[in-house]
Amino acid sequence: MKRLLLLGDEAIAQAALDAGLSGMYAYPGTPSTEIMEYIQSSKDAAARNIHREWSSNEKTAMETALGMSYAGKRAMVAMKHVGLNVAADGFINSAMTGVNGGLIVVSADDPSMHSSQNEQDSRFYGKFAFVPCFEPSNQQEAYEMIFDAFETSEKYRLPVLFRITTRLAHSRASVQLKKVLPEKKLTLPSDPLQFVLLPSIAKEKYKALLSSYESLRYDNIISKYNSFKDGRNRDLGIIACGLAYNYLLENIGNSVDEFPVLKIAAYPFPNNLIKDITSRCKEVLILEEGAPIVEEALRGILDNGIRIYGRLDGTVPRDGELNPAIVAKALGLPVSYGEEVPLLVKMRPPSFCKGCGHIDMFNSLIEAVRPYGPGHVFSDIGCYTLAALPPFNAINSCVDMGASVTMAVGAADAGLFPSVAVIGDSTFTHSGMTGLLDAVVKNASVTIIISDNSTTGMTGGQQSQATGRIDQICEGLGVAREHLKVIVPLRKNHEENVRIIQEELEYKGVSVIIASRECIQTATKRRRSEASHE
Amino acid sequence: MNTMKNDIILSGVGGQGILSIAATIGLAAVANGLFLKQSEVHGMSQRGGDVQSHLRLSGNPVSSDLIPYGKADLIISVEPMESLRYLPWLAKDGWMVTNSNPFINIPDYPPIDEIIKEIRKVKNHIIIDADTIAKETGSSRSGNIVILGAASPFIDMSFESLENAIRKLFGHKGEEIVEANLKALKAGRDYSVE
Repeated sequence: MKRLLLLGDEAIAQAALDAGLSGMYAYPGTPSTEIMEYIQSSKDAAARNIHREWSSNEKTAMETALGMSYAGKRAMVAMKHVGLNVAADGFINSAMTGVNGGLIVVSADDPSMHSSQNEQDSRFYGKFAFVPCFEPSNQQEAYEMIFDAFETSEKYRLPVLFRITTRLAHSRASVQLKKVLPEKKLTLPSDPLQFVLLPSIAKEKYKALLSSYESLRYDNIISKYNSFKDGRNRDLGIIACGLAYNYLLENIGNSVDEFPVLKIAAYPFPNNLIKDITSRCKEVLILEEGAPIVEEALRGILDNGIRIYGRLDGTVPRDGELNPAIVAKALGLPVSYGEEVPLLVKMRPPSFCKGCGHIDMFNSLIEAVRPYGPGHVFSDIGCYTLAALPPFNAINSCVDMGASVTMAVGAADAGLFPSVAVIGDSTFTHSGMTGLLDAVVKNASVTIIISDNSTTGMTGGQQSQATGRIDQICEGLGVAREHLKVIVPLRKNHEENVRIIQEELEYKGVSVIIASRECIQTATKRRRSEASHE
Repeated sequence: MNTMKNDIILSGVGGQGILSIAATIGLAAVANGLFLKQSEVHGMSQRGGDVQSHLRLSGNPVSSDLIPYGKADLIISVEPMESLRYLPWLAKDGWMVTNSNPFINIPDYPPIDEIIKEIRKVKNHIIIDADTIAKETGSSRSGNIVILGAASPFIDMSFESLENAIRKLFGHKGEEIVEANLKALKAGRDYSVE
């Protein structure tokens, strides 16, 4: 069978293709984006005509995937960890309805917040929804687990959560492929009320869901990924979850028979193996990439069992991702640092690209709001969030997708004037439209700037659902034509743009200004590809 | 048993092409039957921020996706200040190969001669004007491959395997691009072995 050099994300995508996937649904978000991108660029996916278009947001992606599962086919949905918050309604209730075709929900966590607003651990969602959760430790395991995740999903008729973290998502390794499975045929659920969560039906389903969670704990496939290996030294046992297992091996590679080690890569975690290791060893060290979920379960409130080392007692830092040095220290092993970084080395934070349209938009906005003093601009998630940094210092919020619009409305309700929102085109169609409708219905005094670069820029330039539609969407939602302006953010238009923004800031009602110019990265790529095709 | 083991840190600024260097070495490693892990940076930092890639080649399976501190055999940097950011990872007898041309996109970028002075303090270092060499070979955009060429003597794989990787990686872009990058690779190599 073929071997390929794949990112963790790509291994997951390739596995889904090989496991008979019929539909892939996603909204871009670091570190999950490459899963969909890989499927979109796959010749196999094209030949099989697998559904592989971006969705407007994670919730629509989740629900569309559930629809494909309803029809009996295998579907996968992928998002970054905070995207699962957006998809949570559909996700939690999909555990209640159950699935028909296998359904995998990939959530890519970003501990240490390399490119995120928080470092929530998606494994919580697995327990919250009472669904199986897989947490691969390496690319090959990720590939193989996808096959097992589909099988588990169909065996228990449950969606399966597939949790990865940044370092696996964005690390490449050689992956051995398996035999390709055929896609499933269109088959409706045998129970026509399976997906109808009327209270009377839901009550019964919930009881069944609760009892299935307990049987999952000792399921064959789940158990395959949780293994205990005894060691000579009974003083310290080690529990390592997912990626943490790699850092453990990195440190004890040569003395792997020394310690009793329990590797956990699938949940609900194995109570019997945990009892095994804790009854054999005097003390136990718990290594988890993310939150101390297993550790909290072991300690409970009383914490009166054997001595436990982990994130809660400071042996491992409470926040942030693991690395070989953190794990070495937790094991009491020495760390051999190289030379220190010379003092002259300066921070190099991310910044706007040269020639980016957001820069010109912010220059005009900054000038227009200056007379009102600081604190008037709510913003959102995207490249334009970089305007929080010097020299711009132009925005006062970045909370979650779409929150710029709704927070501006709330602040206007409180009497803040003017109240401004800056949101990108893709973020607007992700979660800004409903907030705009609220604003229109109550005629809130807000000025909403949609900085439209016709792409989902921060994640590398994926298709934006908003492209070519923003004007119509805003008008359709009820924004008055005379307060729906389109500007081109270029230096030569600066004076005029400042004037237009100023006028709309003074208007006591809903204004939308669409600042429209193609992303400089997308434009460069497009010109290069046009040139090479000439 | 193949006991080969190279831990390499690639560094630069988002958009400078360190992922092409990583991909070239990665392809060569696979062709040589080596195990490999290569960790990349995607997302926010790619917008002009500092970026790094950890590349681990070995005759045996690789566990951690990240290189431990003090264990890197080689730092390959397409930007001089960025090369210094990863000194805590460099092994005592490791090599540093870096471009001499600064990428200045921050207001407090230190004077370049002071940076060069710091690089010269590293026991094993090669400082190369990759931009000029790339221009001389007729492909100003191949500076990253020039630096890879300069680092190639410190990677335990044959030069031919890197050349083959270049052919594979750039093949779809046409023969002209392949040749330009092969020339860039050779020019960098010649600079180091002279």
